[in-house]
Amino acid sequence: MWSLFFIYGLVNSAIILLQTAGFGLTFSISGIANFSYGALYIFSGIITYLLLSHGFSLCISIAISVLLTSFAGFLIYWLAIYRIRGMPLSEVIITFLLGVIIIESLRWKGFVTYEFTIPPILEGNIFIGSVPVDLQRVIIFFSALFLLIILYLFAHHTKIGLALRGVAQNEQTALCFGINTEFLSSISVMLGAGICAISANLILPLGIISVDSGYDVLLVAIAVTVVGGLGSSVGLFLASLIFGYIQTATTMFLSSKWIMVVYLFSIIAVLMIRPSGIMGKFKEIEERI
Amino acid sequence: MKRKERIDRGIKARCDDIYALLSLKEISYVVAPKVCFVLFILTIPLLKCFLGYYWERVFYLATLMAILAISWELLSYIGLISLGQAFVFGVGAYTSGILNINFHMPVLLSILLASVFGALICTLILFPASKIRGIYFAMITLCIPMFFSKMIEATEIFGGTSGISGVSSINNYYVEMYLAAFMLIGAFFCLRRLMSTDFGLLIRGIKDNEFSLMASGINIYKIKFFVIFLSSALGCFAGACMCHYYQFVGISAFSLDYSIIPLSCAILGGVDGFAGSLLGAFIVCPLSEMLRGFGTLRIVIYSILLIIFILLVPEGLFSYISRKYHQLERWKEI
Repeated sequence: MWSLFFIYGLVNSAIILLQTAGFGLTFSISGIANFSYGALYIFSGIITYLLLSHGFSLCISIAISVLLTSFAGFLIYWLAIYRIRGMPLSEVIITFLLGVIIIESLRWKGFVTYEFTIPPILEGNIFIGSVPVDLQRVIIFFSALFLLIILYLFAHHTKIGLALRGVAQNEQTALCFGINTEFLSSISVMLGAGICAISANLILPLGIISVDSGYDVLLVAIAVTVVGGLGSSVGLFLASLIFGYIQTATTMFLSSKWIMVVYLFSIIAVLMIRPSGIMGKFKEIEERI
Repeated sequence: MKRKERIDRGIKARCDDIYALLSLKEISYVVAPKVCFVLFILTIPLLKCFLGYYWERVFYLATLMAILAISWELLSYIGLISLGQAFVFGVGAYTSGILNINFHMPVLLSILLASVFGALICTLILFPASKIRGIYFAMITLCIPMFFSKMIEATEIFGGTSGISGVSSINNYYVEMYLAAFMLIGAFFCLRRLMSTDFGLLIRGIKDNEFSLMASGINIYKIKFFVIFLSSALGCFAGACMCHYYQFVGISAFSLDYSIIPLSCAILGGVDGFAGSLLGAFIVCPLSEMLRGFGTLRIVIYSILLIIFILLVPEGLFSYISRKYHQLERWKEI
């Protein structure tokens, strides 16, 4: 019982971390809350499905879908966000509307029934102790770890990663050092979309591609980012652990319909008591009266 | 090389002052837009035989949405940009439905009480959140209505997913229409009046700089409480009317639509002394009814139109029209 709780809690945390990483990355670098995130998640899943049904192999379909979704993020930046940069509310509204457009057009095209699924990369089960875990969940867990390490190395040891962190700390100063902040912001949206696509292709095989889950993914991403502290990667990690175990506990002891209630309640409670999140430091003074 | 120059019309410059009373022309320049608006609101319900029942109903919904949009705009005056006006709307609808069904109150009384008690409930929840601002307040208000609808779904209080049906309606067509119409006109002119008083100056001051208001020895929390209460009361009134109109209230009252509609009214019309969102409401609601033929594609077309508006006419339609009304444009040699 407890080993089941522990292992599935860990796997759920990894799932949540993967789902959130792209949103958190974009927000921490350029301050853009990309509300079309959930829509991009579904979009990439549908692309993989379509490519698979046209006879491409799984690897190629996933690669193409990741590339296409990243490009969609790039386009969203230059066509919409670029023109209204610096007005946070308009950014939120416009990205949210873009998300609605993507999700509702997919619904209109008929992607609402139960036949839309992506096959897992590896099938089968392994036993950890006495708990059966399917291989896809193991892959998810290790790719979440791998992603964390890669992101850390990318941010601390590459030139573009350092430039991105510079933009995150102070955009004006970064501009003075000859960093093209507009371009880097678009890169951050693109990276976020790319990570979103990777997570979609790993996580969607666990269930079906349901258009409505796009809104839920967005909600989870917001919840984790807000609770962890906007712009803090340690906070992101901690918050996904917390939510992963809360989710597992709610499913095991209550019922799964309470999950969203718990999510929403924790967002509201954290925002009211400590708007900068459990690990956020910067924004507390300027956002609170 | 030429550039466009804009200057105030002569009549506008005169009318800013006591000289507005100089002649009939000046008086009509000042009064005409307001009179047109009032006449528009008051005559439409009478044109039932020309417009047909369906479009009368669309007009009624537009009036309610205009009230909701005004309540949204009032909140935005103290710097609180809400993405969850559906919360206020839903609380009003549920309160009115419960008062009517469980306490057997007559309709008009339950609407009145729902506006007051619903507003109290909303204020108690929104007031603690009003201490944060900007994008954080937007996120919190986005979550609150979702939280309530999921909560009702999970605990199955207030009828759960099936909602409360059998709410009695206002049987008289004219009473129903004119109740909303007079509420809209009253709210519009009273709030405009309020904003031009000294107290209104304080309200707008909160948006600009809370610290300097506090430093001047003004209790900003009192003002915030008052404004949130007023705004919630308007939103609850709209919700209560809607509940009695459909004779049903369910978790759809907390749906995202009622958060997006006031927002899109304000975007379309522009935030400019409540007139913008009002104009927006009377464009958005008929438009969304006309798009009903497109089925699920409706919301896509709707979103595309809004995006185009945000990108191309960021000031809003009303600001554009009022600029044409008050100012001359001419090309100038440079």
